[in-house]
Amino acid sequence: MIPAAFEYYRPKDMDKVLSILEEHGDDARVMAGGHSLIPMMKLRMADVPHLIDLQDVGGMSEIEIGADTIKIGALVTQSDIIDHAALADVAPILREASLQIADPQVRYMGTLGGNIANGDPGNDMPGLMQCLDATFTVVGQDGERAIPARDFYEAAYVTAREDGEVLTAVTIPRPKGGHAYEKQKRKIGDYATAAASVQIVNDGGKCVSAAIAMTNLSDTPVFSKTAGDALVGTSVDDAALKAAVAAMLGDIDPTEDNRGPVAFKNHVAGVILRRAIARAWSRA
Amino acid sequence: MKDEITREERVDNLKGMGCSRKRVEDARFTQGKGNYVDDIKLDGMLFGDFVRSPYAHARVKSINKDTALKVPGVLAVLTADDLRPLGLHWMPTLAGDKQMVLADGKVLFQGQEVAFVVAEDRYAAADGIEAVEVEYEELPVLVNPFEALKSDVVLREDLVAEDGSIPAGAHGPRKHHNHIFTWEAGDKDPTEEVIANAEVVAEESMYYHRTHPCPLETCGCVASMDKVNGKLTLWGTFQAPHAIRTVVSLISGIEEHNIRVVSPDIGGGFGNKVGAYPGYVCSVVASIVTGKPVKWIEDRMDNLMTTAFARDYHMTGKISATKEGKITGLQCHVTADHGGFDACADPTKFPAGFMNICTGSYDIPTAFLEVDGVYTNKAPGGVSYRCSFRVTEAVYFIERMIEVLAIKLNMDAAELRRINFIKKEQFPYKAALGWEYDSGDYHTAWDKALKTVDYDGLRAEQAQRVKDFKAGKTRKLMGIGLSFFTEIVGAGPVKNCDILGLGMFDSCEIRIHPTGSAIARLGTISQGQGHATTFAQILASEIGLPADSITIEEGDTDTAPYGLGTYGSRSTPVAGAATAMAGRKIRAKAQMIAAYLLEVHDNDVEFDVDRFAVKGAPEKFKTMKEIAFAAYNQAIPGLEPGLEAVSYYDPPNMTYPFGAYVCVMDIDVDTGVPEIRRFYALDDCGTRINPMIIEGQVHGGLTEALAVALGQEIAYDDMGNVKTGTLMDFFLPTAWEVPNYETDFTVTPSPHHPIGAKGVGESPHVGGVPCFSNAVQDAFRPFGNTHTNMPHDHWRIWRTANELGLHD
Ligand SMILES: Cc1cc2nc3c(=O)[nH]c(=O)nc-3n(C[C@H](O)[C@H](O)[C@H](O)COP(=O)(O)OP(=O)(O)OC[C@H]3O[C@@H](n4cnc5c(N)ncnc54)[C@H](O)[C@@H]3O)c2cc1C
Repeated sequence: MIPAAFEYYRPKDMDKVLSILEEHGDDARVMAGGHSLIPMMKLRMADVPHLIDLQDVGGMSEIEIGADTIKIGALVTQSDIIDHAALADVAPILREASLQIADPQVRYMGTLGGNIANGDPGNDMPGLMQCLDATFTVVGQDGERAIPARDFYEAAYVTAREDGEVLTAVTIPRPKGGHAYEKQKRKIGDYATAAASVQIVNDGGKCVSAAIAMTNLSDTPVFSKTAGDALVGTSVDDAALKAAVAAMLGDIDPTEDNRGPVAFKNHVAGVILRRAIARAWSRA
Repeated sequence: MKDEITREERVDNLKGMGCSRKRVEDARFTQGKGNYVDDIKLDGMLFGDFVRSPYAHARVKSINKDTALKVPGVLAVLTADDLRPLGLHWMPTLAGDKQMVLADGKVLFQGQEVAFVVAEDRYAAADGIEAVEVEYEELPVLVNPFEALKSDVVLREDLVAEDGSIPAGAHGPRKHHNHIFTWEAGDKDPTEEVIANAEVVAEESMYYHRTHPCPLETCGCVASMDKVNGKLTLWGTFQAPHAIRTVVSLISGIEEHNIRVVSPDIGGGFGNKVGAYPGYVCSVVASIVTGKPVKWIEDRMDNLMTTAFARDYHMTGKISATKEGKITGLQCHVTADHGGFDACADPTKFPAGFMNICTGSYDIPTAFLEVDGVYTNKAPGGVSYRCSFRVTEAVYFIERMIEVLAIKLNMDAAELRRINFIKKEQFPYKAALGWEYDSGDYHTAWDKALKTVDYDGLRAEQAQRVKDFKAGKTRKLMGIGLSFFTEIVGAGPVKNCDILGLGMFDSCEIRIHPTGSAIARLGTISQGQGHATTFAQILASEIGLPADSITIEEGDTDTAPYGLGTYGSRSTPVAGAATAMAGRKIRAKAQMIAAYLLEVHDNDVEFDVDRFAVKGAPEKFKTMKEIAFAAYNQAIPGLEPGLEAVSYYDPPNMTYPFGAYVCVMDIDVDTGVPEIRRFYALDDCGTRINPMIIEGQVHGGLTEALAVALGQEIAYDDMGNVKTGTLMDFFLPTAWEVPNYETDFTVTPSPHHPIGAKGVGESPHVGGVPCFSNAVQDAFRPFGNTHTNMPHDHWRIWRTANELGLHD
């Protein structure tokens, strides 16, 4: 649990960050809260000869609530999200999910940007961002570009972000309707056995839109469009729930680990999704 | 002289036995001012760490140190070849086997120590480890003891004779090259006969999975060889510092007076810190070689993967009874997986510990136990994780067998226990497997427990729940876990208990200072038990000086009297007894001094709380404080000056704490998530020294019981890779997972212990594991479950529900 030697940088602006990234290429990595990266370095699973700490780079710690969208800086911590009353008003699912991530100590350090950029299928924010149809802003030597959350994840630890790019902010359309983030885990501080994010809109007893994403049930988060579609136009009755679960099960691809075998994970994914939809619908 | 305060106030001022005195240790622990081994920093101190085997079974073809020696800061790389000339490439284990200190030609488990890198700091050591090149040739891996006993693959070539025959081991003949010992207790033929002819027989096989004590502080040491005065000082996480000193002397040849072993503050032991580890030997050698202090501290993965595991018992039982439920016989066979070396920490004559307490709290006329120890490609160990030697296994076994028998008899498991308990008037009770239980009152404890939790009400609620479940009104089942346990602690009588030939007595030495304060030193060592608090309380009551004026010191072999250390709940039963006895010696001398000062005959004064007073004239007295001063400033005819005493206590018997636990659990059938609604724990540990500390010990023991029952395991894959090497996968409960515990007690003092105390630190673990497990199993009993193995983590609970057809 001792990392290999590394060079530590703490630049004050993004240009400097980008230039160090450019200079060292693969050998450099940015660090936000460090609560995914440092454990990997200590296990010597990540080799980072040049570590760039983002903490002193300004402009990435704001939460801005606009008329249609919410913009959250990459360095906003999970704890900041929990504590932000106005954010909890407009997008309560962010708080509900953050409270189920890790433990308070980790949440004081862990950032939204790090959680998203990490690319670990166990992270909770990526699925949630897909459910909310967020857009990620990244900046590189060639300037800024926006990548939809639903297109961001390619495989475990592989994302659409280039090595030389830094994630600066997340933009989320203000969520509508009822929400739920449901997560089964073995203990506090554990990654999900299965987790589901659901955002659902009820118009006169009929579901008019539903977004569903699942966490830690594939090598990437799984946005299940078909599962959401199965609810639209229904009164979210038992048949609709069954259809949504069946659709979701077609999209996930869990693997066996210490949390349990595949059959168990599929079963729990179904149960968790059902509960999440029911709770979201009851709030819609 | 007139008293300014009442007798009651004088008693209170002592903070003696029975008082919930606050822990004196906590001031430093809660302020981060503890002094643990990793806090020790010496001038020029080096750091050592291990190259460990990635394979569970392999030949070591070659080790190349060249690149490593070029890493900046790396000073030396030790291998078995370097230790061989000193005869230190292997070391004796506590179980009569020997263990490689560094891989001698092969490795037998993943994480085994292959080379020791000595460097200027731990960062350089870590880089050095990466640079050591080891060439392995993989060998077939045996992780299952049943397969190991059939396999042609020889794990321990060193234990096979040249002609291929299998010489006997430390515990008798061996049946196979991967077999270690067979140990028997009780009567085989009569037991088999009783079972063959019984009206009812229940049988079950159960696996008590491998787990780990996982103290928050891992193992480590600092070795410092002073070449000028020839003295070796070894600070370390030792639960038995004196035994370590003797072992170090025996294997290194350094005379024992030239070795000082110190256990500083220890952050939990739970059995993990009883044994001797390669890290200790290598640090000592490295210090001798370099002439500098050398520190070795395990990281979390090293600790979980390599230093002493616990349990790993495959147990098969048969229990017979009459139709009315009176138990007539019990048979138990254990296949014990000891890993690559037999490094179990048990008294020498007990290779399976006190597994022969497995008749439990019941009057079982005939019984037979047989244990086969087996080598596999897993880490060595087999320590008593928060229990006396293998007592957790024994109690789990009998408390499951009782449940299985209750199912077979279609009887209530609480009632089945009640009709089989050893009765109060049967104590001292000689059990079929050899032990003599000193005391007990099981019926009273059981009735109190069942009444407090409204057992009948719970059963009615459970029946309703089953109905509702079947009617589709709920997806949660309710389980009522019962357990009644009897422990055997306080090892132990020198006539049958020794470790490496050292009798398991313990000791206390007291010095009273002139101004009426005192220091007492013991052969034990606290790892969180609060000895500095409770032993001072025992003394306060015995010698009449306030506990606040008594310093308790342990763990330094240069100053403390010889003792066998702290594990198996032995501190209070053995060292606590020595403390009381030494206190009584002090009191006896104090009586003579008081009589002299009061100018009466010795027999005319009597002890009263904090003084000696003239019989019949209580206003004439000398306080212990006055007496202490007199011991140093008066020339008393016939008495030596000073007030000191030492006592070495060889207990006449073990002590037998017991308890009655009930757990109420709701189980989500669809997700496998259990929710503990209620946990009631009644403990009878005899005389209660400090109720607050008892409660704390019960909370801690129950939490570790919850961990083991509900998920904590060291799991291996078929290749012998450890799957649970970090705290992400190795379950260590937090405040979040832990329910509120209700504690209760009865008091049945031990008849042979000077103050009647029995030990309590491990009871809750021993009784807690079967209680949590029984709750899970009980929830599924109405649907046909008889037994499922721990750990009951979500997916295994889900699997039980699934196999019983409870998912559509
Ligand atoms: C005990 C424990 C339990 C945990 N449990 C959970 C859990 O239940 N759910 C969960 O979701 N997470 C969990 N985590 C992870 C935690 O939330 C991390 O903090 C988070 O995954 C990463 O955020 P960070 O700010 O610490 O990122 P870092 O560790 O600093 O970085 C992670 C990765 O993202 C990259 N990165 C970070 N910021 C940026 C950026 N702005 N642009 C580009 N790349 C960037 C880094 O280079 C690195 O590769 C747990 C962590 C611990 C230690």
